[in-house]
Amino acid sequence: MAKAMTSTGEAAATLERYGLTDDQLRAIFRNMLLQRQLDNRGFQLNRQGKIPFALGSEGHEAIQAGAAMAFKRGHDILAPYYRDLGLAVGIGFTPLEVLLSLFARAADHNGGRQFPNHYSSRKIGMMSFSSILAAQIPHAVGAAYAIALRKETGRAVLVTFGDGTTSEGEWHESLNFAAVHKLPIVFLCENNQWAISTPLHQQMGQPHVYKRAEGYGLPGESFNGFDPLATYDAVRRAMERARSGSGPSLIEGTCYRFLSHSTDDDDRTYRTREEVEKQRAMDPVPRFEKILIENSILVAQDADALKKDVLRETNEATDAAEAMPFPEAKDLYTNLYEGAWEPWQ
Amino acid sequence: MYAPRVVTHFERFGLSDEQLRGMLHTMLMQRTLENRGFQLNRQGKIPFASASEGHEAVQAGAAMAFERGRDILVPYYRDLGLDLGIGLTPYEVLLSLFARAADHSGGRQFPHHYASKKLGRFTISSIIAAQTAHAVGAAYAIKLREERGRAVLTTFGDGATSEGEWHEAVNFAAIHKLPVVLLCENNEWAISTPQSKQMAVRDIYKKAAGYGIPGALVDGFDPIACYGAVRAAMQRARSGDGPTLVEAKCYRFLSHTTDDDDRTYRTREEVEERRKDDPVPKFERFLLENAILSSADLEDLRAQVLAEANDATDRAELMPYPLPSDLYAQVHAGPWEPWQ
Amino acid sequence: MAVASPSKVMTNVEAVRSTLYDALKRDDKAVILGEDVGNRGNVFLITKGFIEEFGPERIIDTPIAEASIVGIAVGMAMEGLRPIAEIQFADFIYPAFNQIVGEAAKTRYRSNGEYTCPMVIRTPYGGGVRGALSHSVSVEALFYHVPGLKIVVPSTPRDIKGLLNAAIEDPDPVLFLEHKRTYRLIKDDVPDEYFTIPIGKANITQEGTQLTVVSYGLYAHQSLEAARKLQDENLSVEVIDLRSVRPMDRNAILDSVRKTHKLLIIHEDNKFGGVGAEISAMVAEEALFELDAPIRRLCCPDVPAMGYALPLEEEYMISTDRMAEEMRAMVRF
Repeated sequence: MAKAMTSTGEAAATLERYGLTDDQLRAIFRNMLLQRQLDNRGFQLNRQGKIPFALGSEGHEAIQAGAAMAFKRGHDILAPYYRDLGLAVGIGFTPLEVLLSLFARAADHNGGRQFPNHYSSRKIGMMSFSSILAAQIPHAVGAAYAIALRKETGRAVLVTFGDGTTSEGEWHESLNFAAVHKLPIVFLCENNQWAISTPLHQQMGQPHVYKRAEGYGLPGESFNGFDPLATYDAVRRAMERARSGSGPSLIEGTCYRFLSHSTDDDDRTYRTREEVEKQRAMDPVPRFEKILIENSILVAQDADALKKDVLRETNEATDAAEAMPFPEAKDLYTNLYEGAWEPWQ
Repeated sequence: MYAPRVVTHFERFGLSDEQLRGMLHTMLMQRTLENRGFQLNRQGKIPFASASEGHEAVQAGAAMAFERGRDILVPYYRDLGLDLGIGLTPYEVLLSLFARAADHSGGRQFPHHYASKKLGRFTISSIIAAQTAHAVGAAYAIKLREERGRAVLTTFGDGATSEGEWHEAVNFAAIHKLPVVLLCENNEWAISTPQSKQMAVRDIYKKAAGYGIPGALVDGFDPIACYGAVRAAMQRARSGDGPTLVEAKCYRFLSHTTDDDDRTYRTREEVEERRKDDPVPKFERFLLENAILSSADLEDLRAQVLAEANDATDRAELMPYPLPSDLYAQVHAGPWEPWQ
Repeated sequence: MAVASPSKVMTNVEAVRSTLYDALKRDDKAVILGEDVGNRGNVFLITKGFIEEFGPERIIDTPIAEASIVGIAVGMAMEGLRPIAEIQFADFIYPAFNQIVGEAAKTRYRSNGEYTCPMVIRTPYGGGVRGALSHSVSVEALFYHVPGLKIVVPSTPRDIKGLLNAAIEDPDPVLFLEHKRTYRLIKDDVPDEYFTIPIGKANITQEGTQLTVVSYGLYAHQSLEAARKLQDENLSVEVIDLRSVRPMDRNAILDSVRKTHKLLIIHEDNKFGGVGAEISAMVAEEALFELDAPIRRLCCPDVPAMGYALPLEEEYMISTDRMAEEMRAMVRF
């Protein structure tokens, strides 16, 4: 079956669209543009000295936009990690909410407590998580257990993580438990090949996360994480499997982290520019744009208009968020326990 | 598995008749000392013992593949036979059961939590899978110092493979191709939890592929096969080719410990069915049928084992407990004043 | 005349069992997960028969994997269940440290109230049972430093029922520590009806005027026994069973110290950085000039754990006689 892109990122002759409408394809593209724009905005604001910190997700646009399209809003639960800006935006988190998080404003979902991109939103089914790698995996499994116990068929949990997380014990324990109980959950690895400065071969004795699936008795599958449609297909099938009670899957999309880990990191200290440039040549955002244009799903002017719209939306969100107040000093003391609580002094 | 009839030729992996008899001796001694622990507990002489019946074959076989004075053993608390097989004496076992001052841990640890630097046997706690990472660290040291011809043998039950620390340790060993053999003594039960509730797969050795290391399966009731599998893996490790995950399928015939009662969670029928494959009488028969041992030799061996066990029991029981002041020793190196 | 409400005499372990049973009956969102809690019915038989009555979906025999036992319970709690996670022995809790301290305790705080983590982690702790280095430790001081957690250390069957009910009802994570030496040692009358005891409320088990003794767990019983002995010598000791170490009932302690003017703290956990250190500091800050004698802490030795051999365990644990001796010395100071 033809994929949207070949493994090198070249457009395939005929587009396999996995039942996605033109509108949905354009929405995926828009999501990718918005992620890229917001991601860059974080780095810009940091360089301008306006915010102390931002995280990079450039290179994850395809896998996240594709996965988000397979997520059923209002039904499914997302347990993401901190590099999932595009997934969050794709399931309904707004640019304003992203900017409130970047600016650490009082109106941020976490009240400005967490690092940027550590969103949670009960309304859209996005669970709260910390910066600790793999800590969210057992939570996702617990949520899937609740869904199974209440016999809520048609719902599933999508949990995401990078390649680095698969080294953690909690990751292992969680996959094992989910497999024993055949829980409605999809384990999606966004393999960007780097755990901050540690390349894949120093993280694992073999290069494929999905090959661990068999050891847990789970189906495993890999796909091109630079291809949003291949991602959509793999995630959708795995989510359908989970929703229909057939149990978990471990799926792996290979992508790449184009930027440093965060604004505090400098990837020139541990990887060559040649390697990064080689990956950049497969950048999923312009590639997908090309595919949509070549398949007449988008005309060049529409693409430009879309980019302008995304920039406008990002600018508006930035201005609106920046104008919002910080949390107050006394907010440090709220929401530790429910109800009245007296701090020990 | 060997058939209960005269076998003229069998794969013995180069083991001499004497070594084969040596393995039987280890198995008989393990069984005798193990039962001695349970007896002493029932007599009210010791508060606790843990069980390893059913693990005799895998442990005697693995011990035979261990090179004394070179390799390192990082076992778990159900490895009485492995300890005996690499040189721990029955007397040392009984000192541990009686928690005497002369015990390797000075009576601090539960029975069968030995440590012996002389034998290359690491100290362990009761915490499941905590030792797996230690074994990998030891293997890293061997590799870093380029000590070819040495390897670490580490063991654990099926239950330990569920722990996150197990995963982290195996992954690290695989990345660095460390000289370590990961031997799973799969006895099918994590105290009361059957394998089907511990994992969604039947074969633990198949997890190896996910780490990029070879996996091997062996009949854990067959000491010769276990020797062959562990030796091959140890040779691989010693020659710098990296770790192997070996799974030996055996069974825990008794309760987890003297504090456990397995009738609460598994049927007598299941246990009796597995007892039919009891590796100890089977290996006795095998050696008799292959004329490696005569009936008279076997009687002598049993009598010798019992005499050794009795002697060790009597001697250990007479030894003193640690002193109350021993509670404060060995917290840190050198003189140390407890906070009071 | 008041009619006594119906009650039953039960041991501590029976109180845990019956309270858990009632909770499962009352609320089908309640689930129990842990090692050997199903088929075996827990290593102390606390949950014996539960799996038959409530099914393996609600009584979950987990693999041996403590980090995920707690972590999965966190996810269950975030998604609307009422998980009661069990760590088989407190000594096994360390792999779950991240999930307890880094995740459960911070879920509400980090999401600013959007997600919460109403769950209970039960675990037997404590020595005097020949548990050696890995079946005897006290862990409260390792966790009581952590805002976001509540930590309960009940000592009687009645307190177990009231506090375990409160813990299960509680909208935040509660670490529920059960002293295993008291499991079958302590027996008392427990009302049949449902009731809760507020977490963070101490219990004055004996009133007195010459010395305040603060303790909890097994030593709440021994210190009360010692104080009663001293009554025969006309020495009047007030005994406080703390019951919770976070939040801590500072008023109960301060009110008592203002009355007796002397404070002795007794706990099994070692002294350095223990619960007694916080109590001492708090009293020194709040009521230094009420004191007629230096604060004293009688705690188990500052060694990693009690050894298996009997003399090592006996040396570690504090006898009732030693408690009485210490109390006498303080009253006479």
